[in-house]
Amino acid sequence: MTTTYQDRPLGSAVHDDATEPFFAATAAGSLRIKVCISCRKPHWYPRALCPYCLGDTEWREATGKGGIYSVSVTRRAGPIPYAIAYVRLDEGVTMLSNIVDCDLDSLRIGQRVHVVFKPAEDKAMIPMFAPDQG
Amino acid sequence: MSIRRKACIAGAYEHPTRKAPDKTVAQLHAECARGALEDAGLRLQDVDGYFCAGDAPGLGANSMADYLGLRPRHVDSTDTGGSAYLVHVSHAAQAIAMGKCNVALITLAGRPRSEGSSGVAPRLVGAGTPDVPWEAPYAPVTVNMYALAANRHMHEYGTTSEQLAWIKVAAATHAQHNPNAMLREPVTVDDVLASPMISDPLHRLDCCVVSDGGGALVVVRPEIARSLKRPVVNVLGAGEAIKGQLNGQVDLTFSGAAWSGPRAFEEAGIKPSDIQYASIYDSFTITVLMQIEDLGFCEKGKGGRFVADGNLISGVGKLPFNTDGGGLCNNHPANRGGITKVIEAVRQLRGEAHQKVQVRDCSLALAQGTGGLLGSRHGSATLIMERA
Repeated sequence: MTTTYQDRPLGSAVHDDATEPFFAATAAGSLRIKVCISCRKPHWYPRALCPYCLGDTEWREATGKGGIYSVSVTRRAGPIPYAIAYVRLDEGVTMLSNIVDCDLDSLRIGQRVHVVFKPAEDKAMIPMFAPDQG
Repeated sequence: MSIRRKACIAGAYEHPTRKAPDKTVAQLHAECARGALEDAGLRLQDVDGYFCAGDAPGLGANSMADYLGLRPRHVDSTDTGGSAYLVHVSHAAQAIAMGKCNVALITLAGRPRSEGSSGVAPRLVGAGTPDVPWEAPYAPVTVNMYALAANRHMHEYGTTSEQLAWIKVAAATHAQHNPNAMLREPVTVDDVLASPMISDPLHRLDCCVVSDGGGALVVVRPEIARSLKRPVVNVLGAGEAIKGQLNGQVDLTFSGAAWSGPRAFEEAGIKPSDIQYASIYDSFTITVLMQIEDLGFCEKGKGGRFVADGNLISGVGKLPFNTDGGGLCNNHPANRGGITKVIEAVRQLRGEAHQKVQVRDCSLALAQGTGGLLGSRHGSATLIMERA
């Protein structure tokens, strides 16, 4: 079975003080995560205060490389099937995302992926992941 | 201080409707309240504690307490999704033990079926929910946030779709004896596997029903319970927990039941093998399997083997579960199955389940709820009850 990836319309991103620096970075092709200034631990999703120690946090550029922790192809939530996944970044945090630009039926847990960016309705660039070649 | 034997479930009522386009949600709450108070043999004026969650229309308990004509001296609108009503029983028992109320009423009702709700629609969330900006673009819907947990479980432990299907088979076997159940036809493992794939690896028959309806419970001081005509059901122990994404250290191999379960067993002073009947939250088949492992009914990772071959069927297997047909076949009112889990456990302890599914001499029962999303963030509640 083959389910070829198709672009799915993405609604506007949420723009607020928590997300603006993130989307400014994705517009420039960079994925950022948050790290605590006090305890130095990274976390996801990004917060203003560290969920380990309530210290202040700062943005750090991520490599955008990781592996699929789990994946599911959702086939009946609309006209276009899509692959929802948890991706474990090499920085050690796991984020919800979509896997794109591939045969969705070929996806496997553990597979290596890298970040790509897809435009939302408001032109915000949304980080998603595509399988590494070979 | 413990709630062990400090409070009793004296009234339990499940609304028979499964489709109620002609009734408001508030009316359904009131009909459930009436049913549970009649079941207990108590009057509206006896109620001095009121509990409801996010399905109740209005601000917290304010609107519904007023609509029902209550004058509560203790209120609690804790919302942990579908598990909230198990939390309410525990909190009601705590309030009774503390002398804050004597007769606590818990109500749930909703009309998701009439309102066109579905497990593949985007979930409604409040403005400012902090996780939404980071997740909504990826189209998490109810079913795929369980499917992610199912696929990881299969990857880690070799769990199969056939094993998950046995959970639905057991629920359907029970539902054929429930005249109110939405789905009363028995099904086979092959039927489940042949049903449409919704989100890998979950098929349509791995998913619960969408139904209108509701339920209510009355929790009272033991002296009051003993003065009533109904069999006395004691609250023995309870546990609650919230499990989320663990700051990005996502681990889908266990549910919050791994935390709430041991707390409940410790308070009750019993062990999983003592339980004769279990109501296990069944939003999806995978939800059941993971909670069974996390509660200690079997080893982690061996849930697939445990649920197979009819082991959850009353009169056949070792752990009779959801003898009303559960959320998979009977009812999932307001998309929140917690209250019906307690209601069927009470029926079993009273000896009032359908005779085809009644567990013989059932004196210890457990109800387990998982509300929210198994794959991201959920509230877990475990409740252990005994027939006095």
